Amino acid sequence: MSVETQVRSQAEALPVGTPRLHIIIFAVLLVLLLIAPFVLYPVFLMKVLCFALFASALNLLLGFGGLLSFGHAAFFGSASYITAYAAKDWGLSPELAILLGTAAAAALGLGIGALAIRRQGIYFAMVTLAFAQMVFFFAVQAPFTGGEDGIQAVPRGHMFGFIDLSSDLTLYFVVLVIVFGGLLGIYRIIHSPFGQVLKAIRDNEPRLISLGYKVQRYKLAVFVMSATLAGLAGATKALVFQLASLTDVYWTMSGEVVLMTLLGGMGTVFGPLVGAAALVTMENYFAGLGAWVTVLQGVIFVISVLLFREGIVGVIARLTKKSL
Amino acid sequence: MFELLGISPQVLFGQLLLGLINGSFYALLSLGLAVIFGLLNIINFSHGAQYMMGAFVAWMLLTYTGINYWWALALVPIIVGAFGVGIERLMISKLYHLDHLYGLLLTFGLALIIQGVFRNEYGVSGLPYSIPAELSGGQNLGFMFLPNYRAWVIFASAIVCFCTWFAIERTRLGAYLRAATENPTLVGAFGINVPRMITLTYGFGVALAAFAGVLAAPIYSVNPNMGADLIIVVFAVVVIGGMGSILGAILTGFGLGIVEGLTRVFYPEGSAVVIFVIMAIVLLLKPAGLFGRAAS
Repeated sequence: MSVETQVRSQAEALPVGTPRLHIIIFAVLLVLLLIAPFVLYPVFLMKVLCFALFASALNLLLGFGGLLSFGHAAFFGSASYITAYAAKDWGLSPELAILLGTAAAAALGLGIGALAIRRQGIYFAMVTLAFAQMVFFFAVQAPFTGGEDGIQAVPRGHMFGFIDLSSDLTLYFVVLVIVFGGLLGIYRIIHSPFGQVLKAIRDNEPRLISLGYKVQRYKLAVFVMSATLAGLAGATKALVFQLASLTDVYWTMSGEVVLMTLLGGMGTVFGPLVGAAALVTMENYFAGLGAWVTVLQGVIFVISVLLFREGIVGVIARLTKKSL
Repeated sequence: MFELLGISPQVLFGQLLLGLINGSFYALLSLGLAVIFGLLNIINFSHGAQYMMGAFVAWMLLTYTGINYWWALALVPIIVGAFGVGIERLMISKLYHLDHLYGLLLTFGLALIIQGVFRNEYGVSGLPYSIPAELSGGQNLGFMFLPNYRAWVIFASAIVCFCTWFAIERTRLGAYLRAATENPTLVGAFGINVPRMITLTYGFGVALAAFAGVLAAPIYSVNPNMGADLIIVVFAVVVIGGMGSILGAILTGFGLGIVEGLTRVFYPEGSAVVIFVIMAIVLLLKPAGLFGRAAS
C-alpha cells in the first residue's frame, strides 16, 4: 500500500481527453469566480487563488508524480522575493516582475530537483526540506531581502503599461487570469502523454525503467514544472500583498501547502483548490487566536492522515463514483 | 601565543568546542531518528518538538516541584518517552500498512500541535534554566577556557551514544532489534512480541530526544521553537550519514558539528548553510549517504 495506491483508483478512471464533467466544473468555477469579488473581499479571494495555484502545483508533483516535496516554500518564497525586488528596486512592470520571479523559481527548481531526485520517498522529503531551509537562511542573510522586515510596499504598477493594478478589483481579474491559466495548464499536463507516463512511474517505477523510460528525466521535468508554477503563485502573491517576507520561505509554508493538498485530496484535479479555500478561510476566521491556528493546523493534519486520507474531493469522488 | 592563519587559538578552540556541543545534539537526535527509522520505517518529524518537550519538562520539574537537574536527567526521558509510547499506540501504529510518507505527515502535524500548545502557554521569549551548582565554573586549559557544563554535555552525549550503540550492536536484545528490522514477520514467528518491541523502540527514540532536551536546557533558553529549526539540520545530517548504521549517525553528528564550528571561524557567513552544502555534495557523489546502504 502506498500514497500511490490510495489515489490510483481515481487516476485510473481518468480517461484520456477532457471529460464533459470537468469542463462543466471548470466553467461553473469560472462563473463563480467572476461573480465572487462583488460579494466577497477581493484581497481574500486573491489569497485563496494564489494558494489554490500553489497547492495545485504541489499536487502535480505529489499526487501525480508520487514525490512529496516538503520544501516548496523555497520556490514560492524566492519567486515572491525576486518579483518584489524587481518591481520595487528596478521598477520593472508587473508582468516582467512576475515573469522574472517565476523564472527564478524554475531555475532554483532545476538545481534542487536535480539533486533531490537522486533519493526517493522519505529521503526525498527530507532533502527538499533541507534545501528549502538553506534558501530560508539565504533570505535571512542576503542584503536585498530586507531581513526580518522583508520587502514592503511593493508597487503594483501598470500591467502592460495601461492596466492600473492599484484597484483591488482590477488586480483580482488579472490574478484570476494568471491562476486560472495555471490551473488549466496543470490540467493539460496531467492529461497529456507525459502525465500518463508520470502516473505510471508513480505506480510502478521499476517497470517503467525496464520499459526503457528515462525515469529520472520525467521526475526532473515534473519537479521543475511544479516549482515553476509554485513560483508563479508566489510572484503573484507578492503583488497582491505588496510584500515578500520570510514567512513565504519558511518551512511552515511548505507544511501548509502540503496540508492543503492532503485535506483537499491528493491526486485529484480539484482537491487542492478546495483544500486551499478551506485552509485560507480557516486562517482568516481564526486569525485572532494567534498560535492556536498552528495547533488547529496540526490537528487537521493528524485527522486527515488518520481518518481522511482521500481528502474532501477524494471522498466526494468515491461517493459519486466520478473522477474529480 | 601562536597564531594559525591569523586566527587566535582562543577563537579557534572556542568555536571547535561550540561545534562539538552542537555535534553532541546532532548525534543524539540523529541517533534517535535512526533507531526509530530502523524499526518503524518512519521519519519522526516530531523529534524536534519532543526534544523541546524534554527541556520544558525539566524546567517544569524544577519550577513547580523543585526536582533538580540530576533527577530531571533521569526522569524526563521516562516521562517524555511514555508520552511517545502513547502516541505510537494511539496514532502511529495505525499507519504501518500505509506508505511511510503518512508517518512523516502525521508526526509533522503532531509537531505543530506540540509547538503551538507550548507557544500559547509559555510565549516565545524563552525561560532560563540555570546550570547545576556542581557544574558551574570551568577550567583554564591555558589555550582556552572550558566551562564545566559544556564539557559535561559532550561527555554525557558521548556516553549515551556509546551505550545505545553497544546495546543495539552487541547485546541479545539489540540482536532481536536488528533482526526485526530485517524481517519482522520471521522474528514474530520465533515468539518475540514485535509490536511491543516497535512501541518501546519509538519510546526509546523519543527518550533520547528528551535527554538531549534536558542537556540543552541550561545552554540555550528553554523555548517552544528550540527544536523546530534544529530538526531540519538534523534531517540533513541524517541524509549525509545515511540511516543504515547507528555508528554512522553518531559519527556524522559529531563530525558535522565540528565542521560547522570550523566554518564559523573561517567563513562565518556560511556557517548556517554549510551542512546543507555538504548534503548537496554528498547527494552528488554518494547518494545513499556516507554510511548508507545502496538501496533506499
